[in-house]
Amino acid sequence: MFRTRPDARPATVEVIVEGAPVLVPEGASAAAAVLIAGYAAIRETAVTGAPRGPLCLMGVCFDCLAEIDGVANRQACMVTVAPGMRIARQHGARAARP
Amino acid sequence: MSARHAEAIVIGGGLVGAAIALGLRDRGLDTVLLDEGDIAFRASRGNFGLVWVQSKGLGAPWYQRWTRNSAQEWPALAADLASRTGIDTALQQPGGVGLCLSEAEFEDRARRMAQMREEAGNFGFDYRMIRAAELRDMLPGLGPAVVGGSWTPYDGHAGPLPLLRALHRAFTDAGGAYVPNAKVTEATAAPHDFRVVTAVGAFAAPRVVLAAGLGNADLAPVFGLHAPVRPQKGQVLVTERAQTIMPMPTTSIRQTAEGSILLGDSQEEAGFDLTQKPAVMATIAERAVRSFPWIAELNIVRAWSALRVMAPDGLPIYDQSERFPGAFTANCHSGVTLAGAHARVLAPMIVAGALDPVLAPFSAKRFDVQNAA
Repeated sequence: MFRTRPDARPATVEVIVEGAPVLVPEGASAAAAVLIAGYAAIRETAVTGAPRGPLCLMGVCFDCLAEIDGVANRQACMVTVAPGMRIARQHGARAARP
Repeated sequence: MSARHAEAIVIGGGLVGAAIALGLRDRGLDTVLLDEGDIAFRASRGNFGLVWVQSKGLGAPWYQRWTRNSAQEWPALAADLASRTGIDTALQQPGGVGLCLSEAEFEDRARRMAQMREEAGNFGFDYRMIRAAELRDMLPGLGPAVVGGSWTPYDGHAGPLPLLRALHRAFTDAGGAYVPNAKVTEATAAPHDFRVVTAVGAFAAPRVVLAAGLGNADLAPVFGLHAPVRPQKGQVLVTERAQTIMPMPTTSIRQTAEGSILLGDSQEEAGFDLTQKPAVMATIAERAVRSFPWIAELNIVRAWSALRVMAPDGLPIYDQSERFPGAFTANCHSGVTLAGAHARVLAPMIVAGALDPVLAPFSAKRFDVQNAA
C-alpha cells in the first residue's frame, strides 16, 4: 500500500516484523517498519477485536499499538527502530501479569 | 416570559437528577429535566463507578440500609435500562474488598465492620475480615504489603457513563423533556407552585426536585430547603486496557468491563479547584502498586479529577420543604451506588407527595443547632 519516498535514506537497519526481517532507514519509526513490511493492520482492538494500523503517526491516535521487543501496547510511531528490534502484532488487550 | 407547564421539574441532569426524573416519568408525571451544561462540575462524569455498600453508614445504620436497598434495586434497574435502551451499564455485583495495608488498618477496619454489624441489628450485615493468605486466592497478584481486607457480598461496580447515557435515553424515550443549557437563574416558590427561569425558557410545575449537585447549596434556600454541601476533590488514574484479571473490585481499584483499571479514592478539601496534583496522583499509584505490584507494568493513559458533593457529615441529604410543599432535594456523593434507590424508591415517594419516614434521618434538620447540641 505504501512506498518509501525516493529521497528517503537507504534502508540499512534490519528489524523483525511479525517474524520476518525487513530493512528500514535509520531513524525510522517502528510504525514505518510495519508499513514498509506491508501490513495495513498491526493490532486488534481490545473491545471488539477490530483490526487497526498506524494512522496519525504522531503519537495521538494509539492505533499503531504493537508488541515491541516483548513489551505490550507500545505506540509504534513513537519508537525509533534499532537493529534486531522485534515488532509483533498486539492481539487485543494485553495481559496483566499477576 | 410564559412558562412551559409540567407536573414535575427536576433541576440537575447528572446521575441523581436523571435517575429521579426517569422514576417520575415512569410513574406518569410530565417531567422536565433541566441540565446546566458542560460548564457545570459534572460529578457524574468523574465518578469512579463503584456500587459500594461495605463502608457506608458507620454510626448511621439508616444509611447502610438505604445503600444496601439501592444495591438490591440495581439489577432490576440495569435490566430495565438494557431492555429499553440497549445500553449495557456493565453492572457486576460479585462482592468487594477493602484492602488493608497495615495491621493498624486491619484492626481499625475490623472494629468498624463489627460496629456496623451491631448497628444493623435484625437487618443483618454479612461480612468477613480475611487475612492475606486467603485473600490471595480471591484477588490474583495481591502484593506482600497487603495484610488482609474486609469483604462483603453486597459490593459491585458499573459504568457511570453508560449509566448516565441510559438514564437520559430511557427518560427521553419515555416522553420526558430533557432541556440542556438550562441553568436556573431565577426561581419563585409557593406551596405546590414553582416557577424557574433559565436561559432557554421558564418552567412551572407543582413539584420540583433539586438535584443540582453542588448547585443545590445556592438553590435550596429559595425553596425553603437547606443543602449545605461542599466540594471534595477526588482524583482518578486509568490504565491501558488489560485482559480481565480482577474478579471483584476493591474500594480504590477496579477493572472495568472493557479492561481498564481505575485507581482512585483520594480526598482533598480544595474548594472548587479541579487541578490535578502530581503528589496526590503519585500517592494513588503508589498505594495501587503496593496492593497489586503487577499494576506497575501497566501504562497510565488518562487521569482526571472531579468534585464530590459532600454534606458536613458525609451522608446524603434528602429533604422536603415544609414551607413550600412539593419541593424536594437530593444530595449525595454516590450517584452510581444510589441510582437504584433514586429511580425506584425515592421517585415514587416524590410522586406520592411526601418522603417516607425511612428518609427522615437524612433531613438537613440534623444540621440545625438545636439538633446538633
